[in-house]
Amino acid sequence: MTGPVLRVENLRVQLPNRRGILTAIDNVSFAIEPGEVLGIVGESGAGKSLTGAAIIGLLEPPLRVAGGRISLAGRRIDNLPDGAMRRIRGREISAIFQDPLTSLNPLYTVGRQLVETIRTHLDLPPAAARERALSLLREVGIAGGDQRIDHYPHQFSGGMRQRIVIALAIAANPRLIIADEPTTALDVSIQAQIIALLKRLSRDHGTAIMLITHDMGVIAETAHRVAVMYAGRIVEIGKVREIVGNPRHPYTRGLMGSIPRIGGARGRLRQVEGAMPRLNEIPPGCPFNPRCPEAFDGCRQRRPELMPTGSGSAACWLYDKSAASMAAVADG
Amino acid sequence: MSSTLVCGSIASRWALADLASSAGAQRWHLALHRVFDSDLWWSFRRSPVTVGAAVISLVMVAAALLAGWIAPHDPFDPASLNLLDATNPPAWLPGGSWRFPLGTDDQGRDILSAILYGSRLSLGIGFAAVLLAMALGVTLGLIAGWRGGLVDTIIMRIADVKLSFPAILIALLIDGVARAMVPHDAQTEIASLVVIAAIVLSSWVQYARTVRASAMVERDKEYIQAARMIGVRPVRIVVGHLLPNAIGPVLVVATINLALAILTEATLSFLGVGLPPTQPSLGTLIRNGNDYLLSGDWWISIFPGVALAVLILSINLLGDWLRDALNPKLR
Amino acid sequence: MLIFLARRLFQAVLVMLAVAFIAFALFNYVGDPIDSMVGQDTSLADRQQLRQELGLNDSFVVQFARFVGHAARGEFGLSYQQQRPVAQIILERMPATLELSFVSAALALALGVPMGIYTGLHRGSWLSQGLLGLSLVGVSLPTFLIGILLILVFSVDLKWLPSFGRGSVVHFGWWTSGLVTRDGWRAIIMPSVTLALFQMTLIMRLVRAEMIEVLRTDYIKFARARGLTNRAINFGHALKNTLVPVITVAGLQLGSIIAFAIITETVFQWPGMGLMFIQAVSSVDIPVMAAYLMLVGFFFVIINLVVDLLYHVIDPRLRIDREQVGIG
Repeated sequence: MTGPVLRVENLRVQLPNRRGILTAIDNVSFAIEPGEVLGIVGESGAGKSLTGAAIIGLLEPPLRVAGGRISLAGRRIDNLPDGAMRRIRGREISAIFQDPLTSLNPLYTVGRQLVETIRTHLDLPPAAARERALSLLREVGIAGGDQRIDHYPHQFSGGMRQRIVIALAIAANPRLIIADEPTTALDVSIQAQIIALLKRLSRDHGTAIMLITHDMGVIAETAHRVAVMYAGRIVEIGKVREIVGNPRHPYTRGLMGSIPRIGGARGRLRQVEGAMPRLNEIPPGCPFNPRCPEAFDGCRQRRPELMPTGSGSAACWLYDKSAASMAAVADG
Repeated sequence: MSSTLVCGSIASRWALADLASSAGAQRWHLALHRVFDSDLWWSFRRSPVTVGAAVISLVMVAAALLAGWIAPHDPFDPASLNLLDATNPPAWLPGGSWRFPLGTDDQGRDILSAILYGSRLSLGIGFAAVLLAMALGVTLGLIAGWRGGLVDTIIMRIADVKLSFPAILIALLIDGVARAMVPHDAQTEIASLVVIAAIVLSSWVQYARTVRASAMVERDKEYIQAARMIGVRPVRIVVGHLLPNAIGPVLVVATINLALAILTEATLSFLGVGLPPTQPSLGTLIRNGNDYLLSGDWWISIFPGVALAVLILSINLLGDWLRDALNPKLR
Repeated sequence: MLIFLARRLFQAVLVMLAVAFIAFALFNYVGDPIDSMVGQDTSLADRQQLRQELGLNDSFVVQFARFVGHAARGEFGLSYQQQRPVAQIILERMPATLELSFVSAALALALGVPMGIYTGLHRGSWLSQGLLGLSLVGVSLPTFLIGILLILVFSVDLKWLPSFGRGSVVHFGWWTSGLVTRDGWRAIIMPSVTLALFQMTLIMRLVRAEMIEVLRTDYIKFARARGLTNRAINFGHALKNTLVPVITVAGLQLGSIIAFAIITETVFQWPGMGLMFIQAVSSVDIPVMAAYLMLVGFFFVIINLVVDLLYHVIDPRLRIDREQVGIG
């Protein structure tokens, strides 16, 4: 298969409320190649989860896709009717969420939930479906599957439950998994195991993963590329090594600077002053300008689009040659 | 030097206490402001059903209050009654007259006037019962929530046991006990008090639980702990801080309970163990008219019934809207 | 599990004792039992003797113990009004109330649950709005008013259904049943509808609220993300999770049916325990009141206990075989 598994172009998600229309995701574009892990990182409220929800078609009204297009393996999916979208969910695009304790129905056995998902997408008789369920449990690293398959979710620990969730997500061998904060609710040691599991599955099955998290460390471990989101927009995107090693956008620099490093110089952790603006208070021009240590006049007037920075792209006027020179002239 | 330290600490203590108390006053201010915030008002105006319900409630309350002035007759003045007028049908049916727009009962009393006076009684008892139940329930709830421990357990156990018995049953029981303990002639006089007491004792638990839950949440917050540490008196903390936070849910409970109180009183009166025929509430009027239903004089009980139903319905609608509007989850 | 059962039983006994205490206090101290039993001109000496015979001069604890002992055996003394054993009166009246209660409960559940599910799933539809509006009316109309209106329409105007009584009943041992005769069925329709209406609307609103809550949970969201059909989600997952807490609350509602039966029986002159209680309150027939109180208390305690146990059985999270398994 050639071409990206997922292509998002100029996605806009809006929320009409009594005071007007709020734009939660503003002109977001990116693509994910087969087998690639793309990290989406940003603070809470930046729009990461909403992007995932929009892609899989689970936006809760009154939120709605107000513009742009989403294509899966070349086929447009943002305008599909409900029935068609439902067939794509679980089969071609899967999603897993943050809290393993609440992601599983407490009243049904794990096996029943697995078999149900398998039989929804693959035309298998019950016995074969159960076999597949057992093999899925093995694949995600749950031992003793023959007995455990008939246990209830509350009989598993948090980490094991997240493995079961992953098993459910890969049940029909989807092309893309949207993982929304999959390790945030887990202990650090378990986090590492789950990350390793995701990476292995991606390698073995060629599944692309959209890894949404606020934890830059997880991204550095797992992703090939990363997109940094702020106030509903992508402000920087590129290969992980480049972004982590040499962040261009002032916001990304702030993020990286606020991560404590073992063995590095012991200074004060840098923090980014202020807070991300609320949806109804986004400043004109670049949304980051009130907090940006390198802001200049142009930043307050026009909104920057993603511009090439050598290794990736950043939405920052600092990287626009003509604007930079004008700023230099203005600042004298 | 030590005296300056002491003076300083006393001064700062006063300052903090002052801050806590003025913060308390501010909390009340904020709480009231929150209620009349634009969000609430907006959702009110947006729902025509609720506005209609509010209007109807207001009209009925006003009519009931002004009963003395606007009622065409005084149904309880025996001198003005004429048995020849008895059991007249409503004005638009044959045999009726516009002198008695909704007809008369078996004693010649004008139904419309009886409804007006009856509504006044029903509303009066309802409000009194709700206010008292609120006072009792909120107090007990605050005590239970603030103190915790054994006091809390005792109060809540009583509440739990009481909750498993329906209000009607408890009200009936109290009524029966009062009936047995009070000599017969005094019964009619204190009948309304007994009914109020019955309703209060069967409905305080809702308030107590709501307030207790809210108090327990607030109690563990840091600003409360700070206030305790610097010695602000508990009463002040409870009234100034815990109470305003609980006001919202309590108001919702109160509105719904008002409808329930009126309904309970009407039921008790209908069953014959509420208000006596000499001071009839809407329930008593319906009871009276019930005897004439089978003989075809339906208006004697139906009109009071309709009035009662409309009253309860509009209050319920208001309560429903209030609950939705104040519910943070649905916003 | 056994510990839990024992503890609940213990609590149940405590509550029963508390109820018995109130009933006893009623029995002995409200009004004078002697006064209610003898005429006005009985001499003081005779009264004293009667007190002694009835053991009214014994200590409180002894009297209470005696009262509880009697109650446990089903003896509640003599009715002041009817001068017969209260137990006998109760047995006569119980079948009527129980039949009415069960038919009403069945009706309320059979209609309330499906309506609740529908309005929970299809929140915006006009049918839902209509049902919700009607439910508000159902909650606001006093039970007795509904009864009166039904009588007006079906008995007075249309003359289809009887306005009072049980119709013809058949005796099965000490039980009398109206459900085996056509007459009995015609008589039970209006009272049971009246009684069921309030419960029905309550159950409908409850099921709807619970359904909406469940549909908001993470596991439903994940089920959707897995591409399960709407049918599987709504009726496989959401429904089961909704009904579990609803069962318990509905069970508790059964208790309030018994209380509301009082009103319905009064309106329709249905010869059950509720009517008996009202008559007892009016005529201050203390033994009957006390006995009714004990009986109802007993019913409530039993219902609470059963509902608690049921919840434990249904919800797998609460079962004993919880094993927390090893490493994540």
